[in-house]
Amino acid sequence: MAKNTLSSRFRKLDIDEFDENKFVEDHDETVDNQGPDGAEIGNLIRRGDMMTAFHIALRNPPVNTKNPAIKERALAIVLRVLTSFKSSDIEPAVKSLDRSGVDLLMEYIYRGFEKPSDNSSAILLQWHEKAFAVGGLGSIVRVLTARKTV
Amino acid sequence: MSLHQFLLEPITCHAWNRDRTQIAISPNNHEVHIYQKSGNQWVKSHELKEHNGHITGIDWAPKSDRIVTCGADRNAYVWSLKDGVWKPTLVILRINRAATFVKWSPLENKFAVGSGARLISVCYFESDNDWWVSKHIKKPIRSTVLSLDWHPNNVLLAAGSCDFKCRVFSAYIKEVEEKPGPTPWGSKMPFGAVLAEFGGAGGGGWVHSVSFSSSGNRLAWVSHDSTVTVVDGTKGSTPSQLKTEFLPLLSVLFISENSVVAAGHDCCPMLFRCDDGGSLTFVSKLDLPKASITRNISAMERFRNMDKRATTEDRNTALETLHQNSITQVSIYEGDQRDCRKFCTTGIDGAMTIWDFKVTDTHRHTETHTETHTETHTETHTETHTETHTHTRRHTRRHTHTHGDTHTHTETHSWSGSLISCHHIGIFLFFLK
Repeated sequence: MAKNTLSSRFRKLDIDEFDENKFVEDHDETVDNQGPDGAEIGNLIRRGDMMTAFHIALRNPPVNTKNPAIKERALAIVLRVLTSFKSSDIEPAVKSLDRSGVDLLMEYIYRGFEKPSDNSSAILLQWHEKAFAVGGLGSIVRVLTARKTV
Repeated sequence: MSLHQFLLEPITCHAWNRDRTQIAISPNNHEVHIYQKSGNQWVKSHELKEHNGHITGIDWAPKSDRIVTCGADRNAYVWSLKDGVWKPTLVILRINRAATFVKWSPLENKFAVGSGARLISVCYFESDNDWWVSKHIKKPIRSTVLSLDWHPNNVLLAAGSCDFKCRVFSAYIKEVEEKPGPTPWGSKMPFGAVLAEFGGAGGGGWVHSVSFSSSGNRLAWVSHDSTVTVVDGTKGSTPSQLKTEFLPLLSVLFISENSVVAAGHDCCPMLFRCDDGGSLTFVSKLDLPKASITRNISAMERFRNMDKRATTEDRNTALETLHQNSITQVSIYEGDQRDCRKFCTTGIDGAMTIWDFKVTDTHRHTETHTETHTETHTETHTETHTETHTHTRRHTRRHTHTHGDTHTHTETHSWSGSLISCHHIGIFLFFLK
């Protein structure tokens, strides 16, 4: 049959990159947070101090970095803390957060939903229920509309 | 408060005339329908058919009695009433995308049109050539302009757009006005200058609606990430943002210097308070549903349900709020932006509701007062209020219209903290055939 003898290199071009009307986000020069400290969290979990581990895990969210490794690492740490919680302790933990803390927690919960592992979904659903009770639909909408997430 | 169901089509946008006897609405198509109030009914008096695409914005200039409409057909028309007929005048906007929003300036000598072409067209009338001329504000808008509001000085224009930002521009046209004096937003105001820009920064959503307060010193906007933000120009430029737990709000309006009403996908107007320090707090929802749904369905309603929904069941799938679908626009019905007594909402359910709003003074002692209120369509309505608090209280009263029925209806309000609970016995919606 007819063979295409012309170059098809053009098929590998991303035409959207050349669109002059392409919306480019303003770069924020804020500090690149590196995510929580895994070792410290590990210690706290072993000691059983879940509340402090929780608060430290939610500090320094790597929202601004483009490096997926940092985000993965932070996500893993946070999920480890969330899955180590007892069901009865979830509600007071959520209550101790402020509004932006609840939004951040919601972001991590949805990221955790993306890659379910053995029992994570069950506990994450409990976290979701408690966080939703405090944050409402607005916190979920903010997870969906946020352009720079963890 | 009264709800009127125009048709089943969504009301895309609406505009009132000066004495609120006529309303211009667009039922989600190419036309504008003008309804005239006669008694308790709304009667269609005019149909404005000139646009080739859906109407996206209507504004009615109260003093000069002109209507400006803009549509998805990239045009805007200015309509004037001549011999009882509305005659359109085409305005060349020079945009290559749909227009999304239109607003007359306070002095009605110009109007601004937001569009999907990432620019704002500010149009003024050039009497030499007897036509409307448009000037564009392009930079630095990067996406569709969703909403506009004029500052009371007739020069500054706030724009909310899909690039997640709310900006204040100068729309000073030297052909029609004098140079404006300095304002808290800036003093040098050539046409198209950006005096302030807020939002973005990696978060945020589309800015659906913007509103200046009556003094022009405060600017409020609502965004698709379920937030309401207010910035006070006189107190530096840090906006005060409130992250709500509701679905995104679509329309916002200042109804006094310190109060903001917003409504959106939750189908319910919400009241927010902006204190003197400029920080924003949520006060309450203004549509209070029935505490319990224990009404007995009347025989007429049962037959109506059978007719409408082919069901004889009692299951009520209606929302608890008055509007059954998102509210897209809030406008002032009675009063002005300094002190609004009634405001109006229209939405995707095709209904228009007028809400009473009362700001009461601070009380320092327990007070009980009873009001008896008789309306002309044989409804008796008693209200007893007891308050024991020392803050400024805001509440709304609901009146319901009934057609052909007589019913007595008692409401008891008790104020605790900032919650109002309202017990109604039966609400009947009024449908226009």
